[in-house]
Amino acid sequence: MSATTTLWPSPGGPAEPRPASSAAQRRVEGGLLDPKMLWTSTPDALRKLNPGTLWRNPVMFIVEIGAAFTTVIAVLQPSVFAWLIVVWLWLTVLFANLAEAVAEGRGKAQADALRRAKTDTVARRLVDRDDWSGPEEAVPAPQLRQGDVIVCEAGDVIPGDGDVIDGIASVDESAITGESAPVIRESGGDRSSVTGGTRVLSDRIVVQITQKPGQSFIDRMIALVEGASRQKTPNEIALNILLASLTIIFLLATVTLQPLAIFSKAQQPGIPDTAALDRNGITGIVLVSLLVCLIPTTIGALLSAIGIAGMDRLVQRNVLAMSGRAVEAAGDVDTLLLDKTGTVTLGNRQATDLLPVGQVAVPELADAAQLSSLADETPEGRSVVVLAKQRYGLRERARGELTHATFVHFSAQTRMSGVDLTAEGDDAERQIRKGAAGAVMTWVRSGGGEVPPLTGEIVDGISGAGGTPLLVAERRGTAAPRVLGVIQLKDVVKRGMRERFDALRRMGIRTVMITGDNPLTAKAIADEAGVDDFLAEAKPEDKMALIRREQEGGKLVAMTGDGTNDAPALAQADVGVAMNTGTSAAKEAGNMVDLDSDPTKLIEIVEIGKQLLITRGALTTFSIANDVAKYFAIIPAMFAAVYPGLNKLNIMRLHSPESAILSAVIFNAIIIVALIPLALRGIRYTPSSASAMLRRNLLIYGVGGLVLPFLGIKVIDLVIQFVPGIG
Amino acid sequence: MSSTWAGVVFLGTLAAALAAVHVPFGDYMARVLTGTRHLAVERVIYRLGGVAPDADQTWKRYLRSVLAFSVVSVLFLYGLLRVQHLIWPPYTVPQMTADQSFNTAASFVTNTNWQSYSGESALGYVVQMTGLAVQNFASAAVGIAVAIALVRGFARTRTDRLGNFWVDLTRVCLRILLPLSVVAAVVFVGAGMIENFHHYATVHTLAGGQQTITGGPVASQEAIKEIGTNGGGFYNVNSAHPFENPTTWTNWIEIFLLLCIGFSLPRTFGRMIGDKRQGYAIVAVMGVLAVGSVVLMLVFQGTHHGTVPTAVGASTEGTETRFGIPDSAIFATGTTLTSTGSVDSFHDSYTSLGGAMTLLNMMLGEVAPGGTGSGLYGILILAVITVFVAGLMVGRTPEYLGKKLGARELKFASLYLLTTPALVLTGTGIAMALPIARAGMLNSGPHGLSEVLYAFTSAANNNGSAFAGLSANTVFYNYALGTVMLLGRFLPMIFVLGLAGSLASQQPVPASDGTLPTHRLLFVGLLTGVALIVVALTYFPALALGPLAEGLH
Repeated sequence: MSATTTLWPSPGGPAEPRPASSAAQRRVEGGLLDPKMLWTSTPDALRKLNPGTLWRNPVMFIVEIGAAFTTVIAVLQPSVFAWLIVVWLWLTVLFANLAEAVAEGRGKAQADALRRAKTDTVARRLVDRDDWSGPEEAVPAPQLRQGDVIVCEAGDVIPGDGDVIDGIASVDESAITGESAPVIRESGGDRSSVTGGTRVLSDRIVVQITQKPGQSFIDRMIALVEGASRQKTPNEIALNILLASLTIIFLLATVTLQPLAIFSKAQQPGIPDTAALDRNGITGIVLVSLLVCLIPTTIGALLSAIGIAGMDRLVQRNVLAMSGRAVEAAGDVDTLLLDKTGTVTLGNRQATDLLPVGQVAVPELADAAQLSSLADETPEGRSVVVLAKQRYGLRERARGELTHATFVHFSAQTRMSGVDLTAEGDDAERQIRKGAAGAVMTWVRSGGGEVPPLTGEIVDGISGAGGTPLLVAERRGTAAPRVLGVIQLKDVVKRGMRERFDALRRMGIRTVMITGDNPLTAKAIADEAGVDDFLAEAKPEDKMALIRREQEGGKLVAMTGDGTNDAPALAQADVGVAMNTGTSAAKEAGNMVDLDSDPTKLIEIVEIGKQLLITRGALTTFSIANDVAKYFAIIPAMFAAVYPGLNKLNIMRLHSPESAILSAVIFNAIIIVALIPLALRGIRYTPSSASAMLRRNLLIYGVGGLVLPFLGIKVIDLVIQFVPGIG
Repeated sequence: MSSTWAGVVFLGTLAAALAAVHVPFGDYMARVLTGTRHLAVERVIYRLGGVAPDADQTWKRYLRSVLAFSVVSVLFLYGLLRVQHLIWPPYTVPQMTADQSFNTAASFVTNTNWQSYSGESALGYVVQMTGLAVQNFASAAVGIAVAIALVRGFARTRTDRLGNFWVDLTRVCLRILLPLSVVAAVVFVGAGMIENFHHYATVHTLAGGQQTITGGPVASQEAIKEIGTNGGGFYNVNSAHPFENPTTWTNWIEIFLLLCIGFSLPRTFGRMIGDKRQGYAIVAVMGVLAVGSVVLMLVFQGTHHGTVPTAVGASTEGTETRFGIPDSAIFATGTTLTSTGSVDSFHDSYTSLGGAMTLLNMMLGEVAPGGTGSGLYGILILAVITVFVAGLMVGRTPEYLGKKLGARELKFASLYLLTTPALVLTGTGIAMALPIARAGMLNSGPHGLSEVLYAFTSAANNNGSAFAGLSANTVFYNYALGTVMLLGRFLPMIFVLGLAGSLASQQPVPASDGTLPTHRLLFVGLLTGVALIVVALTYFPALALGPLAEGLH
């Protein structure tokens, strides 16, 4: 996303994951580089030349010292070669700063958009916290304290984060989520949290403020996307240690080369001085060039940009990670806990089939099923009507059409619902009942009816397959009731989930489905969806116990949650993604918040975490592999004058010592800019086994890193040999 | 049979023999180091030393024990050398100077066995037996103990205990090194090696001159010299001396002995961590590097420039005619790939590129298979670095053998990686900058530079072989190289034990399809590549001004 586009374009929406066909090639994308960003970030890059901040990046700090040192030399002993090297050394530092500035710049653009949402509002604070309809006082939003109780009515901007303690309202949260459809916020339950900066569209709510001043959700978001609170992640620290020690090794290799060079030159006094080697040893310009080429500048320059861009990619998917550590942990996740409803399956069970019993014709069953469900506004009931219409062509009857109907609503005692139709014309009085198999059977038997033995078999068959059977029976006039058939309700697994779970399995991640269903139903859905394991009849404490058990085995666990009772588990999980619709307790407990409230997002988060690590590893490998070619350019350029045999190492047949050294330095600088898009975008990631991934990345970034600089340096040499003073 | 074919047979049988002992010997060492039973004699030793043999130590305590034992060893040996002219003399030996005594004490305690003295003229039999031979056992055992502590770091979980150094030391000496040495010494005596306390014999040579021939307890010291990858010869010319290496087949046995512990320890490692495939992967890397090295060495020694070698058909200079060029080249490769440093030919006289190979072998960090113990921990550190970078590329926080490699682990591994090159390069740099050090150089030009580079490489890697051509018995070199040897030995051990402690405290991560497999061919190739690239990148400039400048025409 570039600076000019709007905040978080088109979130995918929580409903449906992308279709299965694309899941296999789907990759984490986004974060493309707008070339304009390079230019607009240049002032920031120049500011970052300040040694006071640059020292935090030891590799680039050394390059800057080298650049400053060679500048002094070039001033004292000017030559075209010296000045060209000086310019390119400074450019090397600048390019590194640019990478970071560009990555940060994209965050800044988002932060600006967020700031616009954070207008200074005046809060209507209740004087008495406990009197929710009592007198109000106007208080500037920043002065609100934790625990204050405020009132918001239609049109008001909610002044701070809090929980609704009274009332219900529709709220426009587009400032935070980018989603324009209003959401309902109500007291109690799991939809009670409101975010400062969002606007109440209707009704009146009483909100208790939960944030501390200056630490609102928007404040934290701004800090996160700007990278202000960015701390080095554990893995970044480890990598930095390795890079620092490589830098020290190369620093030693370069510095200690000097006495060896002086000795070698002194042994052959007859050989004339060159631009690289004179009687004082290797010239400062060349020594610094060697050092800069050897130390891992490529990864050193791009490391922080990779980290920032990783966070940025999450933000683009409307996920806020509270720390970089959490993003990294996401890449390490071994076990994914997924709530069945909304993640593995579509929200609710749906009628998928109608199975008549005995002589009953299917249309008759469909008709009865539809009639009994007309007043049933539950998703299950709606799905029966939809099935009857779609599969059996029954027109949906409006409730008003049936003037002679009395609807029997479901109750926990009867466990049945249905309709009573009074006698009309030729039709006798009719009672239709639909409900749990046992309840309906009792109803039939108590009316003197027979339950055909086949009924039990069908019911058990559906239960065994993980479905829910609903028995439909009717009673016409005074005849005995009879069973018409069975409605099969099933959880409908979201499209493409099996492929996603297969991909996760290839990545070595185990998926566990959490459900309140009985084990039989859970198993059937688990098998259909292709998850590795399931936890049936799960209570919040079972979830917690499962997480603990996995963690004791050394595994990292990720989960999503929204309710207050999810909070302990979210806190315990290594990666806890709270839904934005959830309670503030859940959002506090998790280390990520998904603004789209899409539980399947967890899978993308894992991929982004992995991509972050892969990008670091690949560029480190690339950076180190690059050194081989640079040696073959610089070593003969330095010493072939003294030992002509070393010209054999000049396998690139570079034009002259000066052009060879300059080409290596230029390549070293240009590769940084060339890789900025890759660092921001992240390396292509397709879920596959570790071996396959390693083979692929090693081939591209290891072998490629060996070969590419040979070509690159040669090409640059072919061009710059025509520069006067170099050729 | 041509000498080339003889060389092939020599090498082939050697590889076959090492492969044959790999499993049984490796398993035996694993049993020794994991068993809970103490031998009666061990109990006596523990009681005398006040050691609680069943009390495991934390990494810091283990380290303190290693350092305390080594400090006492250095002081004892230093003292012994300073007073050796006063103790039982079968002949009169001079007092050793302070700087040379320091150098020698440091050298033998660090398993280096760099000798700035000439054994037959500078040392008496008592010092050779009670000072040097004892350290040959002890220093080798210390190396194995530290390596095993690292292996325990991988094998153990959620503990801060790494085993007991004193128990490991005792068991390695008594149950591994001693029995092997006894058998080897008897075989050597049978082959004609001497084992006596005879006075010097003066003989009249055919040419009419006079020559003094020393006796001594040679065979016993020779055995542990190779088994413990020590390399300090009884005589100045080391294994080129007929009393130290009488025939071709003792030459074969010596090479076999100096490689056998190193090539078997990966099996011990695989056993102890409960995954033999990991051990095979490690030994495969060692094997690939070793075979590659010996093949290159044979090629370089077979192709030669210069009038005399071309006329003779081989680079015979500096080699024993008893052994010939291939066998000598194999010995030279073996001794520099391990931290042995004994020689049966004169590395200084090798072709420039052949000499470069001996340097490169040591610069690899002596990991193919390396010194007793030090080779294993050296390659495991490289594996940690490899896994770290490669592991990132599979999108997980890198883990090796179920242990996560975080900042703390990387800190120790990086410091280890840094130590030896820092010592070699700064040492060489300082020596080349100081006139007093340059005065010791007997050769000028790149060859002279190679000699100094070789000396510091050998000392920092605790190899102990010399390129010669350098007057090493000067105050500067005795102190400089002695210090480098001590730092090159004990700094890495500190980092290894620190790493072991950090690994042992971890909760293991179960392997999954997302885990980087470290037993497959791909990883073997990768680790080999990292070992080579790390070396090449670090030492390439210095090598360019030394052997490469000399060898590329």
